[in-house]
Amino acid sequence: MKETAPNPFINGLWRQNPTFVQILGMCPTLAITNSVQNAIAMGLATAFVLICSNGLIAAIRKHVPKQVRIATYIAIIATAVTVTDYLVKAISISVYKALGPFIPLIVANCLVLERAEGFAAKKPVIPSMMDGAGMGLGFAFGLTCLGTVREVLGAGTFLGIHLFGPNFEPWVLFLLPPGGFISLAIWLLIFASYRERKDRRERARAALLTVQPAEAQS
Amino acid sequence: MSGTTIIEVRTSPHLHGPMTVETIMRHVIYALLPIAAFFSWHFGLSAALLLAVTTAGCVLAEHTACRLSGKRSTVNDYSAAITGLLLGLTLPPGLPLWMAVVGCLVAILPGKLLFGGLGSNVFNPALVGRAFLQAAFPVAVTNYTPGLAANRFVEFIPSTWAVPLMKPAPLNDWLAKVAVDGFTGATPLAMQKFDHIYSELGPLLWGLGPGSLPGCLILLCGAYLVARGMMDWRITASMIAGAAATGGIFHLVNPALYPDPVWVVFTGGLLLGATFMATDPVASPVTPRGMWIYGLLMGVLTVLIRNLGGLPEGVMYAILFGNALSPLIDRLTPPRPYGARKAQVPQ
Repeated sequence: MKETAPNPFINGLWRQNPTFVQILGMCPTLAITNSVQNAIAMGLATAFVLICSNGLIAAIRKHVPKQVRIATYIAIIATAVTVTDYLVKAISISVYKALGPFIPLIVANCLVLERAEGFAAKKPVIPSMMDGAGMGLGFAFGLTCLGTVREVLGAGTFLGIHLFGPNFEPWVLFLLPPGGFISLAIWLLIFASYRERKDRRERARAALLTVQPAEAQS
Repeated sequence: MSGTTIIEVRTSPHLHGPMTVETIMRHVIYALLPIAAFFSWHFGLSAALLLAVTTAGCVLAEHTACRLSGKRSTVNDYSAAITGLLLGLTLPPGLPLWMAVVGCLVAILPGKLLFGGLGSNVFNPALVGRAFLQAAFPVAVTNYTPGLAANRFVEFIPSTWAVPLMKPAPLNDWLAKVAVDGFTGATPLAMQKFDHIYSELGPLLWGLGPGSLPGCLILLCGAYLVARGMMDWRITASMIAGAAATGGIFHLVNPALYPDPVWVVFTGGLLLGATFMATDPVASPVTPRGMWIYGLLMGVLTVLIRNLGGLPEGVMYAILFGNALSPLIDRLTPPRPYGARKAQVPQ
């Protein structure tokens, strides 16, 4: 059985999507997706941290003793997060205030440490950065999906633009914490049913391929 | 005689009662019909339409979802219709119809079918839908219009026909025209909680106050089901007892702030909840001892939420909480097997 190694970028963006497949980093996913703008900003910040930390960790992977690797990774991730924190503050103070403590909390996002341990510690620099970019953008995609549902239903707007006019009745629930859980569940359901349907199609095709020669013999 | 006899061997149960799920559910609907009729008479066309829409919405949602997932439609057991009727009875009569449809979808899809349909639902589906509406549209769901309006059989409450996703039109013009004396837009419970105004008890018994159903009629309809052996009286009785006892303690401590027990029992949704929702045979415990614990717990919780929480009414959350605890209660109160004795201390 020959299997080609998946492209690390596509892998993170779609096949191993952090939000919908691995279900990692749920704290920011549920907490700050109440508007599309926050979701995109948070996703991009995480992507930036992932690219930096994955690249650095891959570069020094042969020099770090196994016993202290986690502490080393955390130090590198914390550095990247601090840089991001200042960057966001410099770019837009309003976004910085909206995201609040969740930018510093990227350091505790299990997705970042998982990619360091699971990918960057074993692979060269360039694929590691590609993996970081894929995972980060996949995360941003997931957050944006959630943010879209919550902002459109919760406020009737998309990126601050009114969609339904001033008379829209907001579904208050979707701006509150339960709305995060409900919209995450809806998206997980959609993606899971899509994957299952695809799997079933592929199994059916594989079954067809194995059956045909036998039929041809008889 | 050929000498070959076929003996069928089957697993238990070998005795079947005459009552099927369909029969019981049909009688629950019979018991709900007088209440629905009263609701429609009291609030007029809008209320009747609301009940029709919630019932049809739940039945259609269940039928469509079953068909889409390639299963046999399960609407013939009448349970979806009951869910719809109960949901409609818990909503204010002037609620925009599109919100009612949202409530039906939430009640049936995640509330019931996602858990596996009738017999597997953890929570009472009608209350799941109602809880979602309460959290999503807090203003519309607590906006009760006055009953017995003069032209209620001729025209709809204007908010009924709000365009989907849009706010209902303000009701001030309609209210000025209807001009029911002393309308404050609040249920007796809200008035008691926020303004300390007590409604008279008499109208509450006969259900003529704004936004509550007649206690006596509900109890009568419940008694019909109990008499036919289709409902367990223990849950209803213990929930009312729990609420009355807790309400009584509060009343003794501070009579100025907290209402007396009889008032507690006959206001809000307590009787409807205790009779028709808490007794949901799927989401409640099965052992008699468990039923007592479950009912008492919900009664106590209802009054605690009413008196100490931020909302005027706590029946819905109390019942949902009781539903969540009922598997635990079942586990704590296993029935004693026939002939078994209490564990004896070994000598």
